[in-house]
Amino acid sequence: MSGMKNFDGKVLFLDRSDINTDEIIPAGYLTEIQKQALKPYLLEDLKLSGFDPRRDIDGKSVIVTRSNFGCGSSREHAPWALEVNGIHLVIAESFARIFRQNMFNCGMMAVELPKTDIDRLFFEFSTKPTTLETDLNTMHFRFRADGREAVFPFVISRFDRELVAAGGWVAYADAHY
Amino acid sequence: MGKTAVEKIFDAHQIDNPFEDICVLRLDAVFCHEITTPVAINDLVSRGLDRVFDPGRIKAVIDHVSPAKDSKTALQGKILRDWARRHGISDFFDIGANGVCHALFPEKGFVRPGYVIIMGDSHTCTHGAFGAFAAGVGTTDLEVGILKGVCAFKYPKSMRIRISGELASGVYAKDVILSILGRIGVNGATNRVIAFEGPVVDAMSMEARMTLCNMAVEAGATSGICAPDRTTVDYLWPFIKDDYTSREQALAAFSAYLPDPDAEYEETLSMEVTDLEPQITYGYKPDNVRPVREMAGTPVDQVYIGSCTNGRIEDLRVAAAVLKGHRISKNVRGIVSPATPKVFSQALAEGLLQVFMEAGFCVTNPTCGACLGMSNGVLAEGEVCASTTNRNFYGRMGKGGMVHLMSPATAAATAIAGRITNSILYKG
Repeated sequence: MSGMKNFDGKVLFLDRSDINTDEIIPAGYLTEIQKQALKPYLLEDLKLSGFDPRRDIDGKSVIVTRSNFGCGSSREHAPWALEVNGIHLVIAESFARIFRQNMFNCGMMAVELPKTDIDRLFFEFSTKPTTLETDLNTMHFRFRADGREAVFPFVISRFDRELVAAGGWVAYADAHY
Repeated sequence: MGKTAVEKIFDAHQIDNPFEDICVLRLDAVFCHEITTPVAINDLVSRGLDRVFDPGRIKAVIDHVSPAKDSKTALQGKILRDWARRHGISDFFDIGANGVCHALFPEKGFVRPGYVIIMGDSHTCTHGAFGAFAAGVGTTDLEVGILKGVCAFKYPKSMRIRISGELASGVYAKDVILSILGRIGVNGATNRVIAFEGPVVDAMSMEARMTLCNMAVEAGATSGICAPDRTTVDYLWPFIKDDYTSREQALAAFSAYLPDPDAEYEETLSMEVTDLEPQITYGYKPDNVRPVREMAGTPVDQVYIGSCTNGRIEDLRVAAAVLKGHRISKNVRGIVSPATPKVFSQALAEGLLQVFMEAGFCVTNPTCGACLGMSNGVLAEGEVCASTTNRNFYGRMGKGGMVHLMSPATAAATAIAGRITNSILYKG
C-alpha cells in the first residue's frame, strides 16, 4: 500500500475542452520508462493561448478544466506526468473514460462537477491565485482566493474511493483477486 | 427485457460485482505492445509479482517503433522480449514477424466473438468488429490484467448506429466513421459502446468493420461492436475449423452474442449513406470533419498510408488502384506502411508494392511509427500530412505539424495532385 495522496494545493485553470493526452504528454516521450523522466514535458503541446507550461505548472497541485479532459490515447503517461509534477487531482465537467480510470487506478482523482460549478470557478477564481482544500470524508471542495471562498460538494463512487484509499488498482486487485 | 451484445458478454464474464455498476470481468486475452507494457512489467517486478495469469492468453508485439530507432526504444523492446521469453509467452511477435497490433492480432485469429480483451492502447476498440468487447486501458489496468486476468468496468451502456443505403464508388468505411464523428463529436459516445448495425455494416468486409470500430474511441466510446455473422465466421474459419463441425455450427454458437431485438440502447442514430461523399478532417480534433470537396486544393507535404485504421490489404488495393499509372507530385513525400507482414507479402504478390514504388512512394516495414510521430515519417513544424490514420491532434505526427485524416483512396489521389483531392478524379 502506497497510502493516500494529497488533494490540496494551488489550482491551475485550463480554460478549454477536449484537452487530449497527446497534449498532456506528447508521444515522443513515451519512450521513457521512468515516470520521473516525464516531469519537464507535462502539457508541453497544449494548444491554449496565454498558457506557458514552464511558467504556469510549477507549484500547482490541482487542475480545473472544462469537458472531455484526457481524450485520445490510453497512455497512463498522462496521469504519471501529472503525478510527478505533484498534481493528483483534476476537476472537470467530464473526462474521457480511460483517462479517468487511469487516474483512480493510480490512486489519484478525476472528479466531475456540474457545468454551472465549473463556469462559476472560472468566472470567480481563474484570474486569481487560488487554493483548494479537499475534504474526502464529507466530499467537499473548498476554493479560496483573495478573501473569496466557495464550497462545492462532489461525488465519486465507492469503488473510486476504495482505489484512492488503497493507493491504486494494483494494490486493490492484489488484495481481492 | 432483452440485452445488448455487450451486456451478454459482460454477463458471461463477470467474476465479481464489488460495487453497484462495477463489473470485474474475466479476460479471454490481454494484448501487449512495447510502449505501455514495459512500465507494467517493471512495476510487477518491483512488487515481487513478476508473474502472468496465463501465458497462452497473453499476446505481445513490438510494433510502435520497429526497428528500434534509439537506445530508449531498443530498451523498451528488450524489456518486452525478455519478459515474453521468461514467461513462455509463445505468441510474441518480434521484428520480421511483427505488425501493427490491431491489424496483426485479428489476422492471427486471436479475436473471437464474445471475447473480452484489453490492451494498453486506445484503439483496442478495433476488435469489436468481431463481436468482442475489446477496450483500451492504461498501464495499471494492463498490469492487473497480466497478473490476474481480470479488469474492472462499469456495466456498459450502448448506443446504436444504424447505417443504411449503399456506399457510392470512392466512399469507404473511413468516410462513414469520419462522418459519424462529425455528427456525434469527440465526446458523443463517452462511457458507451457503439453498436454498428444495418445493411451497410452487414455488407462490409472484416477489414472495413475494423476501420469502423477502430475510430469509435475518437467519439469517446469504450468500444465499437459489430454483430458476428457469416463474414466473421468466414474470416475466422482457418482458426476455428477444428472447434466446429461446420461454418453453420460456428455461426450458431456465435449467435449467443447477438443483441436481442428488444435490447435497450441509450440512443439510436440512423444514417443513410447513399449520398455520402468522401470525408476529411480539417482541424485538430477528429470531429472536425467536412467533405473532401470543401478542402480540395489544400497543399500537403506528406501522404501517409498505413496504421491500425487503414493499413490492411483492402486499403492498399484501393490506394494502388488510384495510383496505378500515375506519379506522385514532386512536392509530396509518399509513405506506405503495410500493417503486417502478411499484408506486406500479399501486396507484394499482387503487384501493389510495385505500383506504390513506381508512383514514387517509399514502402516501409509494418509499424505504428508515423501515426503518432514516433518514427518512420515524423513531420517538421508547419508541415501538413494527408493521412489514413486516426488522430489529427496538434503535433500528433510531429511537433507543430498538421494532419488531415482521410481514406486511402483520398490519400492516394492527394499524393498524385500534391493537394487534397477527391479520388473520383482519378477513376475511369
